[in-house]
Amino acid sequence: MSEAPGKISIRCNVNGEAVTLDTHPLARLLDVLREELGLTGTKEGCGEGECGACSVLINGELVNSCLVPAVQVQDADIRTVEGLTDGERLHAVQRAMIECGGAQCGICTPGMVLAAVNLLERTPRPTEADIREGLAGNLCRCTGYMKIFDAVVRACNSAV
Amino acid sequence: MSSDKNIGKSVPRKEGRAKVTGAARYVDDLRLPDMLHGVTVRSPAARGRINAVHFGEGIPWDEFTIVTARDVPGANYVALILNDQPYLADAVVNHAEEPVLLLAHPDKYLLEEARRAVRVEIEPLPAVFTIEESLAPKEVIWGEDNVFKTFLVEKGSVDEVWDSPDVIIVEGEYRTGAQEQLYIETNGVIAEANPELGVVVRGSMQCPYYIHKALVKLFDLPEEKIRVIQTETGGGFGGKEEYPSMIAGHAALLAWKSGRPVKMIYDRAEDMVATTKRHPSRTRHRTAVTRDGKLLGMDIDFVVDGGAYATLSSVVLSRGTIHAAGPYNCPNVRIRSQAVATNVPPHGAFRGFGAPQSIFAIERQLDKVAAAVNLSPDELRRRNFIQRGETTATGQVIHEDVDLDGLLDRAFELTDYHAKRERFARENEGARTKRGIGFASFMHGAGFTGSGEKYLQSIVGCEATADGRLRVLAASTEIGQGTKTVFAQIAADALGLDYDTVDVVQPDTADVPNSGPTVASRTTMIVGKLVESAALQLKEMLKAAGLLGDTFTQDEWARACAEYVGTHRTLKTHVQYQQPGDIEWDDEHYRGDAYGAYAWAVYVAEVSVDMLTYEAHVEDFVAVQEVGRVIHPVLAAGQIEGGVAQGIGWTLYENVVWRDGRMANGQMTNYIIPTSADIPPIRVHFFENPYAGGPGGAKGIGELPMDGPAPAILNAIEHATGVAFDHVPLTPETVMETLTAE
Repeated sequence: MSEAPGKISIRCNVNGEAVTLDTHPLARLLDVLREELGLTGTKEGCGEGECGACSVLINGELVNSCLVPAVQVQDADIRTVEGLTDGERLHAVQRAMIECGGAQCGICTPGMVLAAVNLLERTPRPTEADIREGLAGNLCRCTGYMKIFDAVVRACNSAV
Repeated sequence: MSSDKNIGKSVPRKEGRAKVTGAARYVDDLRLPDMLHGVTVRSPAARGRINAVHFGEGIPWDEFTIVTARDVPGANYVALILNDQPYLADAVVNHAEEPVLLLAHPDKYLLEEARRAVRVEIEPLPAVFTIEESLAPKEVIWGEDNVFKTFLVEKGSVDEVWDSPDVIIVEGEYRTGAQEQLYIETNGVIAEANPELGVVVRGSMQCPYYIHKALVKLFDLPEEKIRVIQTETGGGFGGKEEYPSMIAGHAALLAWKSGRPVKMIYDRAEDMVATTKRHPSRTRHRTAVTRDGKLLGMDIDFVVDGGAYATLSSVVLSRGTIHAAGPYNCPNVRIRSQAVATNVPPHGAFRGFGAPQSIFAIERQLDKVAAAVNLSPDELRRRNFIQRGETTATGQVIHEDVDLDGLLDRAFELTDYHAKRERFARENEGARTKRGIGFASFMHGAGFTGSGEKYLQSIVGCEATADGRLRVLAASTEIGQGTKTVFAQIAADALGLDYDTVDVVQPDTADVPNSGPTVASRTTMIVGKLVESAALQLKEMLKAAGLLGDTFTQDEWARACAEYVGTHRTLKTHVQYQQPGDIEWDDEHYRGDAYGAYAWAVYVAEVSVDMLTYEAHVEDFVAVQEVGRVIHPVLAAGQIEGGVAQGIGWTLYENVVWRDGRMANGQMTNYIIPTSADIPPIRVHFFENPYAGGPGGAKGIGELPMDGPAPAILNAIEHATGVAFDHVPLTPETVMETLTAE
């Protein structure tokens, strides 16, 4: 086995809970979330920051967690798809995605949901252009995006 | 007491909640105790002899499990049709990225270093990379003549039409490029394997029983010692039809040798360069048309590039061949087709399966034919649309009401086609942005071709539990299209039960019968019909036992099930596909009823072409189709929209760049699929004409939307620019070269 050189301790907040990570400073946040914390809702689609399947919110910003080294999240507030539900209650975007058929194979869905949540937090009444722009970093190969647009519109029309 | 409580309604997707919360478990989300990671060492060259394999310094090789062709316990081929593709190359390689060696280790980072430290030394042999080189043949690389398969379809006497003084002859050649599936979840599996357990594979797949069949041969084990379990699958589109048999075999070989579970997940770059893509194609048309626009003869030559091994190319060729003459009534047709070998990774199943390629050609050709006889593209088609009682190219008599005129009318009304056609032509003169509108009309057959379904003999099971819940047992996979939801709707309505009381069991070859592969737009129409029959049989069993009347409530059903299960322990039945008696197919002459049913469609694309950047953009898209009864409006529209988006990608963005037989742009950074910013509004409209052979009247739908976008868009671009482009993908570079040369 290769000897793991220089792990460091990183404190951050994940989905409202304080966690301490014992990890390589350059480990990808994506791997830390999935492998250390078991938060497998965050998916790897390309590993090069193109597809958005690994999207998470760091201090309210939508980022590709495959491009973020662990050392960068010291003291950060991280939200993953697992942090969107309130007990059994789904977030309005999640409900709308089910109702509108915005999820097909589901692999892009966690990232897409976070992108939509982020969009609505920034722009509560988005235009169609805002929606297209807000989701443009998240690729979907199944839906052709129409039903995802519908879901965003429905989510912003429903009480959160 | 069948009901319509669920069919026709957009009930909640069965696994929707798990998908939006991130709780759904895909294969890479699973970890087994003591698990190793596995990787594949691949050929650096397109063709050659393997002289040596060098293991570099600085890697603790004794910690690694290493598998070569010599470690294969059974037969070293991927069992499919011709069994010509090895799991691991032995003496020779026939394409770049061909698997040569497998490595496993607990540390995936060290494993990646090790993979890079292995050098496969190849003595190169001459290679063939294009359809023309293969046909020449520049070099014989497969069999006696590089040809995997040929078909000949003949109707009437096409040779007799060319000399007639009243006909005009139009010729054209059309090409389509490779297309990467780009499912967002890459191929991946976890295998456990040892002599006691046998082989157990979990993973991302469309066809569990294809893998099962392949592993039986690879390990030379009895069928009951092989178990294949589908995990939640992040997109397939055909890319997970045959390829998973390869990765599953590789992971299982590593597990067999190491005695530990092995996870093998391709990274994006490996998935793009090494796995299957849509077959590139070349189609030549020679059409004889009368001066008043009646099609008299079509001579069609269709060739697909199959890559280095036969895989499914013969079947892809078959579907492309049968669809090559389109939904038109033409008395004299000859279609000659060939699938040929080249030294690139084998091309494979991809939504539409050969039909998008040949339909692109016929629909471009007909716009040219229209111009040659001074008719509008729509008028030419109206004069030739197939009608009830007329025959297709294979001589299949259409017995249903076909209303292509009605579909065309509706599509034109929704797009204001005629007004735009006229206005754009007027306004384009001198404009920086030229606009155009075009369409394509087409059909797509559902289910396996010809006698395919008869040979498949698919089986579906249905079980009721003591608490009255229904369990549907089938190997048909949920890959995003909605299998679980649609099966539950069909079963629930067959019995008049609540949708929420139906469970569709996760495919596991230990639990579910072989309902055939999840391909060919067959899941709803063919397998769904078996689900309906199996559910109805349970009712008959309860009635025969005196526990149920003709009509019953949910509670009465549950009580009857409890009583039956109390006495007999289980309430379960299986039904097997029986081909309807009126389907006749001649495999030898490729004549007869090619498909049980066709979906019919007219798609209209509106485009803009920027004359400064030469970028073409689809501004609006309308898809009008008749698919029998629509089982689930939201899922059905989702299939169409998603297929249209893939079609737009294939037409304008998705360019596989080949260098010495290897994909040179195997990254999402430089292989571009449409984003939310690129896709126009896609407006979907259904005509419903229930098909008696489908559950609740449904026909197949999944592949249809891939057929229409490419020809509709290129027809629109010709309208915008006045230039007839005859190949896809049509990149801005090509548009620029062509327009500046004019």
